[in-house]
Amino acid sequence: MDKVIVAQNLSLGYSKDEYIIKDVTFSIDSGSFVFITGASGSGKSTLLKSLYGALKPETGSLVIAGVELKNVSKSKLNLLRKHTGIVFQDYKLIKEWTVEKNIILPLIVGGYDKKVQQEQVEKLLSHVRLKHQALKYPKELSGGEQQRVAMARALSNNPVLILADEPTGNLDDYSSQLIWNLLEGANKDLDATVIVVTHHIPESMRVEYKHLHIEFGKIHECI
Amino acid sequence: MNAFKNHFSLVIALFGILFSLQTFTIVERAIDAYKQNLANNYSVVVVSKKKMSEKTFKEKYSLISEVKELTSDKVIAKLNAGISKRNRELLKLALPKFYRLQLKHYPSPNEVNSLTKSLLLNSSIMKVETFAKSHNSTYKLLLLFKSVITVFAVSVGIITILLISKEMKIWQFKHSERMSIMGLFGAPTWLSSAVLFRLAIVDALIATGLAFSLFTFISTSDWVLSQLINIEIDIIIFDIFPDFLVMLGVSLFVSFILASFIVISHKEEV
Repeated sequence: MDKVIVAQNLSLGYSKDEYIIKDVTFSIDSGSFVFITGASGSGKSTLLKSLYGALKPETGSLVIAGVELKNVSKSKLNLLRKHTGIVFQDYKLIKEWTVEKNIILPLIVGGYDKKVQQEQVEKLLSHVRLKHQALKYPKELSGGEQQRVAMARALSNNPVLILADEPTGNLDDYSSQLIWNLLEGANKDLDATVIVVTHHIPESMRVEYKHLHIEFGKIHECI
Repeated sequence: MNAFKNHFSLVIALFGILFSLQTFTIVERAIDAYKQNLANNYSVVVVSKKKMSEKTFKEKYSLISEVKELTSDKVIAKLNAGISKRNRELLKLALPKFYRLQLKHYPSPNEVNSLTKSLLLNSSIMKVETFAKSHNSTYKLLLLFKSVITVFAVSVGIITILLISKEMKIWQFKHSERMSIMGLFGAPTWLSSAVLFRLAIVDALIATGLAFSLFTFISTSDWVLSQLINIEIDIIIFDIFPDFLVMLGVSLFVSFILASFIVISHKEEV
């Protein structure tokens, strides 16, 4: 099976003196669903940030879809990000844009025409059960609704890689289940590789998917 | 309301710049026109032992625009009584020649001094009267007026720059989050900063429109025109096409600098 992510002797951190992820080697197969777990401050989010190029490797190498991120150019990184859907713990919705416009952000960036944007936004609004909120602004929505918008945005351009940081962190059961269903759907129906950083793996998903655990800066694969 | 607030500060700041710029331009034009008035009414009187041609004056002294010989007939006419015609002719020949020199522009005291010195180098010229005292005080008044206006324009400029730098910080804060988020989804810089440049262009157009309306109104106001007639100054307050282009250029330039600064200083969120 093709590898979508290959990390070799990878070290990550915010200063040269102290690495949060230390000399780890791992790979993730294309089309797989992977959980990354660990205690608070273990480096889960740091690792995820490196996967979308917000944090460059201090040492070692990190290759995503054939692109080495250590010395990646801005244009190559942008190209990689255009095929990546990201769900952030703090949603990162654009405050002055409506729900509808937030969802089509990756389509705007990708240069899709208006008709495609409209079709996609209608489909996704219905998937995340937010059709009635399409013209509202993020501040008018609850936390759960905002996370559903962020989820719809991540899926809007049918990405090959989906990265989610604590996507159900503070959500109610209804919103959490909806998010897990959407992530699983993207993995199964669109064949997207899904990587989820979380504290709690849902019971129903524990056995089926790969699980990487971070402890003391090292990554362990749990079976 | 939100959209209004988004535009208000920068529009006001840009309007301030355009207002001070155009005011300065108007004052410059007024001073130039006034200087021309003064130049038309100011002349230097030269006394020469022998007759000199206009060509001789103009060739040697580029500042001179017109030379007029002052006839001695009137003076001699006053002495008419008791002097024979022959003696009058002899007296006329014996009297020195007087010339009134008109200058191309209202000269500075230095120019007056150097013109006097150059004229006196000619051995035929006996005396040069420049009416220096009155000239100097008028010139100083003119300089003072110009300085006051310059200080006013510079002050408005400084206040405006402070306003713009404050606005810059607000914009930086307001737009950097959106630019970061767009960047995380692969938007190139031109796309993530497009809104910023669109806002900058719109604000520049609004500010130019406001300044254009104000100065068009001022330039057609009967009160303003009558004031200018009172002080005998004939100037174009607002030269619609060129002045509009200058205003548009300045406001676009300033707002583009502002937007570019924000784009350059933007750091991607980690």
